[in-house]
Amino acid sequence: MFDFLDSGQYDVLGAFWVTVQLTFYSAIGSLIWGTVLAGMRVGPTPLMRAFGTVYVNAVRNTPLTVIIVATSLVLYQTLGITLAGGDSKGIGFRLAVLGLIAYHATFVCEALRSGINTVPVGQSEAARALGLGFFQVLTLIVLPQAFRSVVAPLANVLIALTKNTTVAAAIGVSEAALLMKEMVENESDAIFLVFAVVAFGFVVLTLPTGMLLGWVSKRVAVKR
Amino acid sequence: MTLRKSGLAAATAVVLALTATACGGGGDSGSDGDKITIGIKFDQPGLGLKTQDGEYTGFDVDVARYVAKELGYDEKDITWKEAPSGERENMISNGDVKFIVGTYSITDERKERVSFAGPYFIAHQDFLVRAGDDSTWNQDELNTKELKLCSVTGSTSAQNVKNKFAPKADLQEYGGYSECLSGLENEAVDALTTDDSILAGYAAQKEHQGKFKLAGLSLSDESYGIGLKKGDTELQKQINDALTKMVEDGSWVKAADKHFGPAGYDYEPAPEITEKS
Repeated sequence: MFDFLDSGQYDVLGAFWVTVQLTFYSAIGSLIWGTVLAGMRVGPTPLMRAFGTVYVNAVRNTPLTVIIVATSLVLYQTLGITLAGGDSKGIGFRLAVLGLIAYHATFVCEALRSGINTVPVGQSEAARALGLGFFQVLTLIVLPQAFRSVVAPLANVLIALTKNTTVAAAIGVSEAALLMKEMVENESDAIFLVFAVVAFGFVVLTLPTGMLLGWVSKRVAVKR
Repeated sequence: MTLRKSGLAAATAVVLALTATACGGGGDSGSDGDKITIGIKFDQPGLGLKTQDGEYTGFDVDVARYVAKELGYDEKDITWKEAPSGERENMISNGDVKFIVGTYSITDERKERVSFAGPYFIAHQDFLVRAGDDSTWNQDELNTKELKLCSVTGSTSAQNVKNKFAPKADLQEYGGYSECLSGLENEAVDALTTDDSILAGYAAQKEHQGKFKLAGLSLSDESYGIGLKKGDTELQKQINDALTKMVEDGSWVKAADKHFGPAGYDYEPAPEITEKS
């Protein structure tokens, strides 16, 4: 029944490994960029607040496919930005990570901002009374508490990110969705099995992530 | 409480009934009395294209029209339905369409689920290059890292590049041919590769005329057939007869010239019918 997997023609594990790599780099990148954005949005400088608001609302409301395809067509083809050059495989991978970071950072930012709102005002007022500046208040007092309350929403973003990496197939990153397209093209007699295999792969990736982070979120949550 | 429960049950029942009818509604056999539904591509210029004003043009469409006429259907009785590559077998076996004429290469895997009539056209995998590109293309020298190729994600042509004739070449895959064409124009890739019939259709488009040309390689043989329900030998014979007639009365050459001529595409003559039961 699953003999198309035994033919040796398809590197299923290799494709899912690319998916994992895409997820890993994009998750780290969007966590950093999303935190910076959240800092901008709650910061005292009007210009930065405006930038954060405009960025989040513009990027969050743009379809991911558009962003990913634009990284390749606009950045690479037209402007010649290759992010360190190499062959089109490497370029495509890095551009896809860039697009995924740009997109998911907005969700990280908004999740984090809601976490910041759970930190009582008294906390930052007390910190300011001790003479800490905005940056110190944010990094030493507010963010550590905010992160602890948004582990579950961030896990949602991570799971969505894992599945959204499939969009990278649109610019030819050879991850799971691209392999699925190849299998659909060749194995038209086993099309549902192909879907089942890919779906199973994603469940294997996302289910443990969700369960682990759900447990973590319970453990670290600030009891108030 | 009981009221709420029964209300919930009723709502569930209604929803279930609605979904059930929605499924049942789609189960017609593709030909409803004197109407016929034919699957074609909507996005391939020269073969099957839905234009902005809702017309359908292309070689596949002309073949489908001719076959439908021979089966006894008027032009106005034809309902066109988009048949994307991945869904063709399902559309046929579910009976959504009577047959599919959409760059449908005859392969053994596909014959497990559908039957074919024809073939009605033989295409070869080829390169589309910029019109000013004078490099000579040697079939044995394609396997180099310097060659930047572009094709559609997961397509047979892309897989041929990877597994057969140029595994070392730098292959960029995109969701559609249009992205490849823009890459070709911007010199981000050297050539777009897929079936020459499809390439000719793009090269012949008004906005692309004079910009691209075919390299004239013949890297594979694709026999386009008409896909129909598995085991429907009667329909297969009728379609084969229609195709034979189309070739004999000259309509085949006329249609091919009309759609492939402007690109200067030297197409193969009409093939022998091989798919008989």
